[in-house]
Amino acid sequence: MNTRLRRTLPYAGLLIAGIAAPFLFPDYTFQFTVLWVMILFALTWDILGGQMGYNSLGNIAFFGVGMYICAVVQIGLYYDVAQYTASYGAVKVEFTADQYFTGLAVGLIAAGLGAMVFSIILGWVVFGLRGPYFAIGTLGVALSAGELTGAWDYVGGGGGIALPIYPGEPDDRSLFFYVLSFTLTIILFFLLRWIYLGRFGLAANAIRDDEEKAEGMGIHTMRYKTVGWAIAAFFLGISGALFGNMIGFIEPLEVAFPTVTFGLFMVVMCLLGGRGTLWGPVIGATLFHTFKEVTWIYLLGWQWVALGALIVVSVVFFQQGIVGWVKEKWPEKFGIAVDDRALAETDPDLDEAPSQRLRRQTEAAQ
Amino acid sequence: MSKHLKFLTALAFGVAAAGLVAAGPASAKVEGDTIIIGSAISFTGKYSTNGIHAKNGYDLGVKRVNEMGGVKVGGKVYKLKIKYYDDESTPLRTAQLAERLIKQDGIKYILGPYSSATTKAMAPITEKYKIPMVEAEGASRSLFTQGYKYIFAVLSTSEQYLASSIALAAEMAKKAGKKPSDVRVAMAFENDPFSLDVRAGVMDDIKKFGMKIVIDDKLPRDLADMSATLTKVKALKPDLLVISGHSKGAATAARQIKELKIDVPMIAITHCEAAKIVKLFGAATNDFLCPTQWAETLSYKGKYFGTAAEYDKLFKATYDGYRNVPYQAAQASAAVLVWKDAFERANSFDTEKLRQALSETNMKTFYGDIRFAPEGNNIAKPMVLRQIQDGKFNVVAPSKWASHKVNWPRTVPGM
Amino acid sequence: MLDNIALLGIAPLLNVQLLLDGLFIGAIFVLAAYGLALVWGVMNVKNLAQGDFVMMGGYIAFVMTKLGIHPIFGLPVAIVFMFGFGWVVYRVIIYRVIGKDLFTSLLATFGMAIVIQQLLNLIFSPDVMVAESGFAIRSYLGGMVTVADIKLISFLLATVLATLVITFMKYSRMGQAIRATAQDPRAARVMGIDTERVYAFTFALNAAICGAAGVLISMIWVLQPFFGMTYSIRAFVIVTAAGLGNLPGVIIAGLGLGAVEQFAGFILGAELQQFTVVGLLVAILVWRQIQLRRHRQVVR
Repeated sequence: MNTRLRRTLPYAGLLIAGIAAPFLFPDYTFQFTVLWVMILFALTWDILGGQMGYNSLGNIAFFGVGMYICAVVQIGLYYDVAQYTASYGAVKVEFTADQYFTGLAVGLIAAGLGAMVFSIILGWVVFGLRGPYFAIGTLGVALSAGELTGAWDYVGGGGGIALPIYPGEPDDRSLFFYVLSFTLTIILFFLLRWIYLGRFGLAANAIRDDEEKAEGMGIHTMRYKTVGWAIAAFFLGISGALFGNMIGFIEPLEVAFPTVTFGLFMVVMCLLGGRGTLWGPVIGATLFHTFKEVTWIYLLGWQWVALGALIVVSVVFFQQGIVGWVKEKWPEKFGIAVDDRALAETDPDLDEAPSQRLRRQTEAAQ
Repeated sequence: MSKHLKFLTALAFGVAAAGLVAAGPASAKVEGDTIIIGSAISFTGKYSTNGIHAKNGYDLGVKRVNEMGGVKVGGKVYKLKIKYYDDESTPLRTAQLAERLIKQDGIKYILGPYSSATTKAMAPITEKYKIPMVEAEGASRSLFTQGYKYIFAVLSTSEQYLASSIALAAEMAKKAGKKPSDVRVAMAFENDPFSLDVRAGVMDDIKKFGMKIVIDDKLPRDLADMSATLTKVKALKPDLLVISGHSKGAATAARQIKELKIDVPMIAITHCEAAKIVKLFGAATNDFLCPTQWAETLSYKGKYFGTAAEYDKLFKATYDGYRNVPYQAAQASAAVLVWKDAFERANSFDTEKLRQALSETNMKTFYGDIRFAPEGNNIAKPMVLRQIQDGKFNVVAPSKWASHKVNWPRTVPGM
Repeated sequence: MLDNIALLGIAPLLNVQLLLDGLFIGAIFVLAAYGLALVWGVMNVKNLAQGDFVMMGGYIAFVMTKLGIHPIFGLPVAIVFMFGFGWVVYRVIIYRVIGKDLFTSLLATFGMAIVIQQLLNLIFSPDVMVAESGFAIRSYLGGMVTVADIKLISFLLATVLATLVITFMKYSRMGQAIRATAQDPRAARVMGIDTERVYAFTFALNAAICGAAGVLISMIWVLQPFFGMTYSIRAFVIVTAAGLGNLPGVIIAGLGLGAVEQFAGFILGAELQQFTVVGLLVAILVWRQIQLRRHRQVVR
């Protein structure tokens, strides 16, 4: 009973914190909304990056794809998109409350599904890449997605799209998006908890430890990788759609496909918290976001320097992340008697099989 | 789940809550004898050159108003102060900062950000909270077609930026005995909301004259090279080349036009002053046409800074390193004056009364006349076109304001 | 698009202009990419701050012009300064990430890139800067092809630098030690090579090469604190396309990328110029993978 309580307490705490936050600090609702989106970023990245050892740098592409799909659906249901974007928002289109919510609902679902389909097609292309090439390849995909959207006149190109405006009061609007982002992140969190505990989690970790062997054991690695990525893409797509509506104005390079900011931040947040764990991304994202917001106020002008320094320090000196560090320090609390997992996480050759490394080194020397 | 992890989670959330709350020391709209105006502006990122020009303009405006007796509201004298945040030149950040200024800092009066993209992200939020914003740097006309009631812009809208250069090209064609519809235009615009808006204005005018577009390139944002576009220009020999890409675009264009010896009778570029191209490239920039919101040679005059020329002098004396005062700074100072004027006329801190007062603004300043259309844009001030003649910016169009004759076709010494 | 291709047919000399512009800038890409190939191959560090090192070099040249010295003399200054800077960075950060997994080096250098660009921003302001060489600009082939002397000079300088580095790697003691370490660090240690020193030297050498590239950039393109990332990405594209340790490949890929970019900008329009670079990267990786698949099937 006692252990049971102790086990459920953090989860309950997370829920209560999430529900209470907008009521305790109503003026900060927008900040908390962004925080939940950040947690979602870190959690989705961890599915492949942490659990399977596939370090993608391009997950932000799903965020942007979802954002644009949702925008096109929201406008397209009631208006000609090309006409709307051609004037760069110079036409005024009134959306009734009914139209707004219908458009948003359809848009959110379409965004999730669209991003998922995109991820499956993309996965089929890039999953053959290993180690650094997977990271660089996905980075390339995200960058090209942004550039292509910028050159596509139908969606407004670099001029972007002004999204329909929320019909209610501004405070309701903040709360509305807060509830949506919070619910989405919590659903993702418990979904991940459930699948990590099951067969999926084991297979994912097997892929991370040695993909060839996992395949040899009869695990359909491709299927697991695709499913993992599809889950990440689905949630990222919806979060992109929500985020776009929260900002109210979207454009390709900075809002929809911010590859070198959000795209890399999600990785940093994961590493900071401890990757390959359920709670690591949550803690990492919370601390990272807070650090960012605080320095933005008190270190104006130097905030980016501080952020860069934080990334360097956390990556270089704090390899295993916060949760990893706790696990290493008190392994018995996690029911681990002797476990090599913590060791494996810091294993330098994780991304490359020894034979590969050898081949690379010989190549380099020629 | 371990005790430590639980503790850790609790700690993380505690720190987060404390941090986020501490991140916004709540300051009221009016503190003691100080009126606090909020602004999110680009200190870093790609618009920061102009963001800092604008900030200098805001600061100079505030300094001047405070030196000259501050703002009188209800018989009491108040000082102005601006609370700044850095929007990193991205609309993503602007929307968050708008919420922060209004909700967390309790700011009730806003000065606009730099660039159309960020202003577009700001406007829906100020509108929702019914917080008036006087903005000086968002020229996109789409800002003024949405029925926004709380946005007031002291500058001319973007479609006017290069429109006068098209009219000028038509005029020159007529003078040379050609039809305006024979004029061939090459366009290179940065792929961002502002420049595309300028482009939309140019397109309208081109259509009006029936001119022919021979090149229509959109330059990438991280623009360091446009030689491919310029090579095309070289081959097609258009009669007019128009370029818009903020300061970076202007600097890149000027350098490569020089290095590729592009010989076009008329070249119009936005943001020449802000990019300091005369200082950087000297004679090679001769006869470029540069649209400007404001020029120190214009005969504007107002109470606070005197004439345009006096503002120019004061600005150069206050901030080092300016050879030409960019109009981005001048209009920022003007926006501060508009606020001051509105506070005194409303004689209140109530946002609704202030909005009313702002909409009735009718003032003469060093920056030109300021009178807002119901949509919020300034309709009392024209956009002028200057030409770089022997390193000096001389107004050449429209004819009402012209102090010099336009040089056409363009000549570059030593070419 | 078709008009543009037709235009190239009508005025074939335009091809020459585009090709030359592409090669001139490609030569500078080669320098940055070669440095990346070096640190990647020798110490398995994927340096995302590559472009920011380039920018630092550019700002050194800019400071020289401010001091009234011709920017071309910035070359030795930048090489020496950046070598020292690279050594310090190695001692403070990089040596801790060697042998760690891929993401450590990638993210650590990403953090470094942020710090460098922001410090440049704080020191030099975000204004666009250039260093003017003041050299003549000449027209060739009846005025259809225009080449600034400085572009030609920087191309030659890039060639000389590359040759020097290659010769150094081939014949000097240190160069041999670097190659030995790349082949097998453990064996190299057994043979009495101080691998720590070799790593530090390699990283410093990379920074110096980047710094030199930056000086050349400052004289033919423009400087801005946030432009570093575009060079980093191009360096990655080139190295990925060429394969590690394939020096002739790096040279060909670098020059090729410069030219391809120019032609893409001309034919597809400038809005797709950047896309061409990253799209090419993805295409190359996918192509490699297809090849690999075929190879695997053969093995089966």
